[in-house]
Amino acid sequence: MRLWLTPVIWIAFLCALAALLPTMAPLFSWVESGTGNLIYTRDSFYTLLQSHIWLVLASATMGTLVAVSAGIFVTRPAGRDFMPLVSQMASIGQTVPPVAVLALAVPAMGFGEKPTLFALVLYGLLPILRNTLAGLGGINPAVLDSAKGMGMSSVQVLFKVELPLAGRVILAGIRTSVTINIATAAIGSTIGARTLGDPVIAGLVNGNTAYVLQGAILIGLLALATDSVFEAIERTWASAFSARTHKA
Amino acid sequence: MIELKAVTRRFGEAVAVDNIDLTIETGEVCVLVGSSGCGKSTTLRMINRLLPRTSGEILVDGEDINKADPEALRLNMGYAIQSTGLFPHWTVARNIGVVPTLLKWPVQKRDERVTELLALLGLDPETDARKYPHQLSGGQAQRVGVARALAGDPNILLMDEPFGALDAITRENLQQEMLRIQRQLNKTTVFVTHDIDEALKLASRIAVMDQGRIIQHDTPEAILRRPASAFVENLIGKGDRGLKLLALRTVSDLMERHPEPRYSEPGSDSLNESDSLRIALSMMLWTNTERLAVLDATGAEVGIINREQLLKVGA
Repeated sequence: MRLWLTPVIWIAFLCALAALLPTMAPLFSWVESGTGNLIYTRDSFYTLLQSHIWLVLASATMGTLVAVSAGIFVTRPAGRDFMPLVSQMASIGQTVPPVAVLALAVPAMGFGEKPTLFALVLYGLLPILRNTLAGLGGINPAVLDSAKGMGMSSVQVLFKVELPLAGRVILAGIRTSVTINIATAAIGSTIGARTLGDPVIAGLVNGNTAYVLQGAILIGLLALATDSVFEAIERTWASAFSARTHKA
Repeated sequence: MIELKAVTRRFGEAVAVDNIDLTIETGEVCVLVGSSGCGKSTTLRMINRLLPRTSGEILVDGEDINKADPEALRLNMGYAIQSTGLFPHWTVARNIGVVPTLLKWPVQKRDERVTELLALLGLDPETDARKYPHQLSGGQAQRVGVARALAGDPNILLMDEPFGALDAITRENLQQEMLRIQRQLNKTTVFVTHDIDEALKLASRIAVMDQGRIIQHDTPEAILRRPASAFVENLIGKGDRGLKLLALRTVSDLMERHPEPRYSEPGSDSLNESDSLRIALSMMLWTNTERLAVLDATGAEVGIINREQLLKVGA
């Protein structure tokens, strides 16, 4: 359980700061002495944090489901023909900047959270897909051959051998995707989604460095906390699939 | 019993296995031998349907294997390969227990079977069972691979160059183990190798393959004495054919047995009952003696073997 200590500390720190930022006006007067508005007040930091997390969580869940199933599909005999197409899309998609996806989503879906979610899912798909393909493709063919030769069905090979062996790589893909999306979600504020990007955008528009800092600090902390959660998950996964003792 | 009737396998234009007929009797070790690309592995992999055949029939105990469910078929055929293919995320015990688990054996029965097999293959049930494949030496990993193939108590054993990647000493040891295990279990075995010495040692019958065809299918002795073609003759090596024949028989076949076991002087040169005649001859040459005492497993002298006899009828 000591594995989970670090993420818990980060999360506690993040929540505490979101609650305490409004009381820290004197601190922000150091960076922003000109105006009277030192603390962003249009929404509470908690509300922003919540909807930011919701956006990332929803997009990560959808992205993971789509990307992992696509990765599994193109590595089966039935879907192998689509492999070049899908892996090419995965690498090309990675070169399109997230802002461009947002800009393209707006005319199609209007302003608000929907286009942001769409852009996040689309952009978050790619690292997961790439890692799913790498993870499944990196398994020693002899292992798969013997799994089949032992008499496992293809479903058993997938769930008992392939996914456990590829799991760490896939998980690393999800981690990258989520970390990118925590940052990308903030840009969603420019098209009307409510996120921790709000204070940053407001600060930039009004020339208020204190607002920018408040948003940026919370986004940074959220990214760190999430990353440490993934670190713990990855380690738990590793110990579950490579150090479990089996009674003989 | 496994029967292959007019079996052909093509990969595109290339013919890997060309219209072969082969019958493997129950309890027999059939070794497919030939150079790489001769179709021996392809033949093996068609028996458990890892590869579909292009034409022909393969029967196991009279039943066409294409009528059976492929998973059920493979569960009844142990499978061991050169690169072991052990599951890296599972312990040795779980690796060996994979087929019993798939067969839904009760946990206790499975665990007992795993312990039994670890002991049979000369592994330590206490310490080795909990190791992961990457913690094993090549020889140990191969032992685990063989144990895993035996775990479900299959009627048939398919082995694809299982000892091919091992050093000479480890390979020799594992071949001895194989012979011992085979004497105990009597599994119908199909064994693929490119090493003619391994084939001569393990086989009850050898099928020599070349370019997808079976050139000769016979006992090791018949293959040595009457090679069917120049190819087979080349494969077995003309020069030391006599020695290879000697290697097929054991000292106990040819020794003069004492009516009563005797105690031998410790330290004097002697042979074991299970040594081959080839070893006996080599020993006589080295020590320059006419006669050597033969000991049984307990160390008592049970007979004597002499050089004249050996040279006269040995090969």
